[in-house]
Amino acid sequence: MRAEDLLSPTPAGLYSPLGGFHIDPTRAVDRALITHGHSDHARAGHRAVLATQETLRIMAARYGPDFAGSGQAARYGEPIAIGEATVTFHPAGHVLGSAQIAVEAKGMRVVASGDYKRRADPTCAAFELVRCDVFITEATFGLPVFRHPDAAGEIDKLLISVRQFPERTHLVGAYSLGKAQRVMRLLREAGYDEPIYIHGSLDRLTRLYQDEGIDLGVIRPATVEGGGRLVREEFAGAIVIGPPASFAERWARRFPDPIDCFASGWMRIRQRAKQRGVELPLIISDHADWDELCQTIRDTGASEVWVTHGSEEALVRWCSLNGIAARPLHLVGYEEEEA
Amino acid sequence: MKRFAALLDRLVLTPARNAKLRLITDYLRATPDPDRGYALAALTGDLDIPSVKPAMLSALIVERLDSELFGYSHDYVGDLAETIALAWPAKPGATEPPPLRDVVEQLQKASRLEGPRLVESWLDALDATGRWGLIKLVAGGLRVGVSARLAKQAVADLGGKAVNEIEELWHGLTPPYANLFAWLEGRSARPVSTAIAPFRPVMLSHALADDELALITPQDYAAEWKWDGIRVQAVREAAVARLYTRTGDDISGAFPDIVEAISFDGAIDGELLIGGRTDAGFATARFSDLQQRLNRKSVSPKLLASHPAFIRAYDCLIDGRDDIRGLGFADRRKRLEALIGAAGGDRFDLSPLIPFGDADDLRRLRGAPPEPIIEGVMLKRWDSTYQPGRPKGPWFKWKRNPHVIDAVLMYAQRGHGKRSSFYSDYTFGVWTEGEAGDELVPVGKAYFGFTDAELAEIDRFVRNNTQNRFGPVREVTHEPSRGLVLEIAFEGLARSRRHKSGVAMRFPRISRLRWDKPPSEADRLETLEKLIPS
Repeated sequence: MRAEDLLSPTPAGLYSPLGGFHIDPTRAVDRALITHGHSDHARAGHRAVLATQETLRIMAARYGPDFAGSGQAARYGEPIAIGEATVTFHPAGHVLGSAQIAVEAKGMRVVASGDYKRRADPTCAAFELVRCDVFITEATFGLPVFRHPDAAGEIDKLLISVRQFPERTHLVGAYSLGKAQRVMRLLREAGYDEPIYIHGSLDRLTRLYQDEGIDLGVIRPATVEGGGRLVREEFAGAIVIGPPASFAERWARRFPDPIDCFASGWMRIRQRAKQRGVELPLIISDHADWDELCQTIRDTGASEVWVTHGSEEALVRWCSLNGIAARPLHLVGYEEEEA
Repeated sequence: MKRFAALLDRLVLTPARNAKLRLITDYLRATPDPDRGYALAALTGDLDIPSVKPAMLSALIVERLDSELFGYSHDYVGDLAETIALAWPAKPGATEPPPLRDVVEQLQKASRLEGPRLVESWLDALDATGRWGLIKLVAGGLRVGVSARLAKQAVADLGGKAVNEIEELWHGLTPPYANLFAWLEGRSARPVSTAIAPFRPVMLSHALADDELALITPQDYAAEWKWDGIRVQAVREAAVARLYTRTGDDISGAFPDIVEAISFDGAIDGELLIGGRTDAGFATARFSDLQQRLNRKSVSPKLLASHPAFIRAYDCLIDGRDDIRGLGFADRRKRLEALIGAAGGDRFDLSPLIPFGDADDLRRLRGAPPEPIIEGVMLKRWDSTYQPGRPKGPWFKWKRNPHVIDAVLMYAQRGHGKRSSFYSDYTFGVWTEGEAGDELVPVGKAYFGFTDAELAEIDRFVRNNTQNRFGPVREVTHEPSRGLVLEIAFEGLARSRRHKSGVAMRFPRISRLRWDKPPSEADRLETLEKLIPS
């Protein structure tokens, strides 16, 4: 039996010939297993979707209740038989509801990790190691230059700046699913108890996180109606979180002398920060860094590794230096954006 | 070292001057001696340590990291120093990260061979930001967008002093400046400058406003030409001669021809120009000739011969041992004439006073100066003392009207801080004949000259007429019949090999928005080329 019978790359994404399903397909399919709710992995329009309860809720919040023909909730750790294969969802530690999917048949196990990280994240279940024969890993930050610092230290950087520039607004760019809520929660854990203001487009997903029991403190809409002195007073020293693109909008200019911040693993590279006009980069990532990728590959005990979206060649090189068979999958359609 | 690296990390991405000042001042306040003093010296460019270049370190990193992986990383990051800082593997059980004082003091004692080995051991101990800061420090030249003047301003802010007071002391001080900080924090008396031939802060002028023209009479004001070179101060004391820029940078090394010719004790203020004495008096070359000799640490004999420098003297601050800055301009001028007259030679002449009757007379003179290198007239009260800084009233500059052209907006880029949601940096072009008929070629970039209301109008135009996006840059519609014409004022034009158009503008700014004009009526490159002095 070959691993390719369990999972193999196709133009629509990973497909299981034995189970007759796709994982995170990039186009509409009959049966889709979804690892997590980011829009490049979770698309609308499939006939049947199997995902964690949280991911199903996130998809409904994003695409409306009719995002798929039917939805079935998978619980972490409970095997489900599909066709001749058995699948099990395991926490991936990436965002709320995120999962790795183990696909098994006849004593062979392939794990599709989706996106994952191994650091502690108070907004989602922690990554769970699944030993396997073939490990399919992401490689978003698959270069040795990406070593994420401690997220709490990055939040300290932000809070020091807020104290240092109390008359200015700190605009924190953060992707609307996962990163934004994690930044809110990290701020609370650092003892910040002022209201946190959010761009309107974060509203629905932030509420969903709160409904899941994650305490984000007082969250207020960053509406700036009226303008003038009152807005300047309310937002002096405030932290406003929004999707990065929103800070190029006219909306952003009503805040007093704003400092553009951006919470992303990409902020490790100064030139990236400079190109985007970011003044205060916050290196906070929802993906594994180089050391975590290498460590995870080792820990799974996989004899073969397939590498997808990101810097595949470097991770493949590392595997070959360490005597592990590896190949890039060249899947298309997954963006580097939500990192 | 970690704290200093964090400061550099913040400064390199902070565009606004006031924010930079606050970052530096806060750092100096919170950091103990001598670390803060070494940090200050690094920012002002006064730290003398043997340099360790990133190329030397890349040989060390491939002992730790597979060279193919390092290659992928370098391709991705681009910058070698940053790649090394990021990709350097952590060493379990490494020593504590070193304080800045250890880095500086150990490097100062180290030989050329020991330097890189020391840096290697510190790289093992630091985190990624610390490593990046260290590599910047030892590579020589921080390049974090902080001038020596700005760093001194931050020092002045720390103690509530005027920056000129710092400048005046500066050349007598050495890192790590413990006596300076003690004075700034009120713990000791003002340090006594022990430097020989120090720099004195320069007096600057205000632009003359239209309603101030009535003040200008020959009884109250002297008039001189405003020469377009660079403002310098030539000083000699106890056989030590130095040449300074107007911000106090010592440029003696680049101008040995001038420094050797300072044959008098004292300090004079003047304009540095290229040219020399001919039978008909002093001949003066263009500003672009002067640029050949700027920003050099040393100068070749060939360049000394082809581009000789001289000083056209404006003022005298110190005559012999007398500090005469408290005298009026008329008295100082007499001293200057005596000093320069006696010095003579090929390297000094006097900036002549221009006789004038009334304001109309001045306007005529200003409109038709005798040499192209004159950019206007200077007006100085006869009784003005020499005051550092830019006092309002005693001195005015009255520049020639700038050159003006009509150009077409081609690209716009997002600004920073207050302007961060506005497209406020503009690249503009003029017409030239291309392979497929007329095309626009970029000739410059401007980001000021407009009002806030005009900025909002241009921003709206940019958003509504975007053709392409490249990161923070938008390409804007620029066709013969559709686009925005900007009237651009600028001070001068020079040939440039760096720009596709072959011309480079000095001091361009937007003087008017020409919503009324179709782009096809904007100026042509040939018009600009005629403005280049030959």
